[in-house]
Amino acid sequence: MTSPKHLLGIEGLNPSAVTSLLDLAESYVLLNRSGKTQRDSLRGRTLINLFFEDSTRTRTSFELAGKRLGADVINMSVSTSSVTKGETLLDTAATLNAMNCDLLVVRHNRSGAPALLAQKVEASVINAGDGTHEHPTQALLDALTIRRRKGRISGLTVAICGDIAHSRVARSNILLLTMMGNFVRVIGPPTLIPSGIEAAGVTVFNDMEEGLTGADIVMALRLQKERMSGGMVPSSREFFAFYGLDRRKLGFAKPDALVMHPGPMNRGVEIDSDIADDPVRSVIKEQVEMGVAVRMAVLDALARGEIL
Amino acid sequence: MILFRKIRYLDSAAQALVEGEVLVKNGVIADFGPSLGDPDGAKIIEAEGAVLSPGLVDMRASLGEPGFEYRETISSAALAAAAGGITTIAVLPDSSPAIDDPALVRLIATRGAETGSVTLLPYAAATRGCGGQELAEYGLLKAAGAVAFTDGAKTIASSRLMRLALSYASGFGMRIVQHPEDYELAKGGAATSGARASWMGLPGIPAAAEAICVARDIRLAEMANGAVHFAHITTGEALDLIRRAKDKGLAVTCDTAPPYFDLNETAIGDYRTYAKLSPPLRAESDRQAVLAALQDGTIDAIASDHQPRDADDKRLPFAEASPGGAGLATLLGVTLAQVQSGHLTLPQALALLTARPAAWLGINTGVIAKGAPADLCLFHPERSWRVSAGQLPGKAQNTPFDGRALEGMVLGTWKAGIRVFG
Repeated sequence: MTSPKHLLGIEGLNPSAVTSLLDLAESYVLLNRSGKTQRDSLRGRTLINLFFEDSTRTRTSFELAGKRLGADVINMSVSTSSVTKGETLLDTAATLNAMNCDLLVVRHNRSGAPALLAQKVEASVINAGDGTHEHPTQALLDALTIRRRKGRISGLTVAICGDIAHSRVARSNILLLTMMGNFVRVIGPPTLIPSGIEAAGVTVFNDMEEGLTGADIVMALRLQKERMSGGMVPSSREFFAFYGLDRRKLGFAKPDALVMHPGPMNRGVEIDSDIADDPVRSVIKEQVEMGVAVRMAVLDALARGEIL
Repeated sequence: MILFRKIRYLDSAAQALVEGEVLVKNGVIADFGPSLGDPDGAKIIEAEGAVLSPGLVDMRASLGEPGFEYRETISSAALAAAAGGITTIAVLPDSSPAIDDPALVRLIATRGAETGSVTLLPYAAATRGCGGQELAEYGLLKAAGAVAFTDGAKTIASSRLMRLALSYASGFGMRIVQHPEDYELAKGGAATSGARASWMGLPGIPAAAEAICVARDIRLAEMANGAVHFAHITTGEALDLIRRAKDKGLAVTCDTAPPYFDLNETAIGDYRTYAKLSPPLRAESDRQAVLAALQDGTIDAIASDHQPRDADDKRLPFAEASPGGAGLATLLGVTLAQVQSGHLTLPQALALLTARPAAWLGINTGVIAKGAPADLCLFHPERSWRVSAGQLPGKAQNTPFDGRALEGMVLGTWKAGIRVFG
């Protein structure tokens, strides 16, 4: 048996692999919209959604993607507490091997957990978000959304705002967007900017107005409540006042700048409802639609042993 | 009676390696010199090109016993030590139970004697149960044989308690050994802070957490008129502070361990949990600073920092994996690599592994001297071997040096004149 291919992160992909995946995803967008959604390229294959962390959006998106390609999809939700007390991650891997799973979609609250599983399972592992490390399919779906709206995925100024330090979405997006030749800025209070991030070729701003000036794309990130109890941000109202994306602050970006958010949103914390629901500026719902297409492309490419 | 011939040994007067012979009689070094003739009934050991060193004195190791026998036992550690040329180990007290009672101190020493191959010198807990709340009974513990007080891999976090510990220990002429990491800054961290940890999504421990603790404790030692020793120093900033404190004449000493001058943070790439250590592997500039401090003598000793872990402690997501590396079998080889690369002289390297830690511990081994115990390590500096997790002597296999080729092979180890390895 040849060793399975995985998608553990954007790190490890090259620009041509990203472009091929986006092209493939593009074709699935059109198919999905045409209503002819049933495909059989994954017929007879088993896809397991192994989620150690709560998720509705990502799990459903992978489930739909798998089913549209004809795979048998099984959802396994494992509460992390029961895992740490008894069965280890590698016991789980042994169980999955016994089930002859082909594609394993993993979300875990610890960075590197999918990489650890990938060493031990026979299936292709797709990282659906690990700790504060990576969330590659989110970055790919963001790229697809941007490319469809802007007609390109290079030469753009992208501002990523808020809790960069704890965001796997930010990491994957920074890796993908800089690799494709965009100008990436990160904006947030110094307590939420990871150390050494400048080395990746991004520009750091602590002032939202300055950071948004001239941006083509504005990405808001979810701010977890525990960041406030941890003392990294004093209160949600202070955060909203300085880093919440509202109409006034968005006014500093380009007039046609797009607003994105990986969801789920904290309205009134990192983003104002007025902006989130703006049909012209916000592409948040479109991101969800692109999510299914991108995941179909990833599953398809992995199952065929292509690209990655 | 054994006569070592055609070997080189460290002449402590000349601080140089000389060719010659060493005679062992009744468990002690009876004589040494260019030629000792043909003593009657002596077993001759000839080893051309080899070096006869005092048995290594490892001033810092955890041995798993009592409480973590699934990781390592004293008898399995003794095998690893003998294979690594180590004949004396100062054992950390943060076991389960912690070594905070005179009877437990005696237990560790006795268990060492039972092995017949390694002397165990017990550290005793600085605080009861290594819990960081109240002082242990330093006087009674010293009388039972404790060599110094420490909470092992746990930082004595409270400034007040650290001051008291330094002060009270000074009354018995004893040192406090600190695991130097500012507790709050290091809490929950898994890798040294910086771009690598950020990209891997790992909670960081700032390098400055070490310097902050070292700065505090140097000042506390000065205030309390106490003696402090900093274990496994990893950063240039902390070493600068220690260098200055030594220049000032304060009772400050420190050690480091092979991972901190042989590896840097890149070793944790791909979430290699065997390279997850406490303190964490640092940036390359810090590794260089540790090497420089070995060269200029700021660092008093190289310890194995042996922390046995079993596979289940390590086969976990990185942040959950238990920190620590096995170090007994590789202590000599990884240190000699710095001789091969020209960063240390062989006498310097051997002193850091033998005479200097022995002097720190106040024991009469670690030198080739008439009447010194015949704790000896015969090694060939040019013979090579490859470190392989799974093939190491002893139980613990969690080496951060897996796959590394090392020059410097132990040919034999003697404890009080009895061959215990090779």
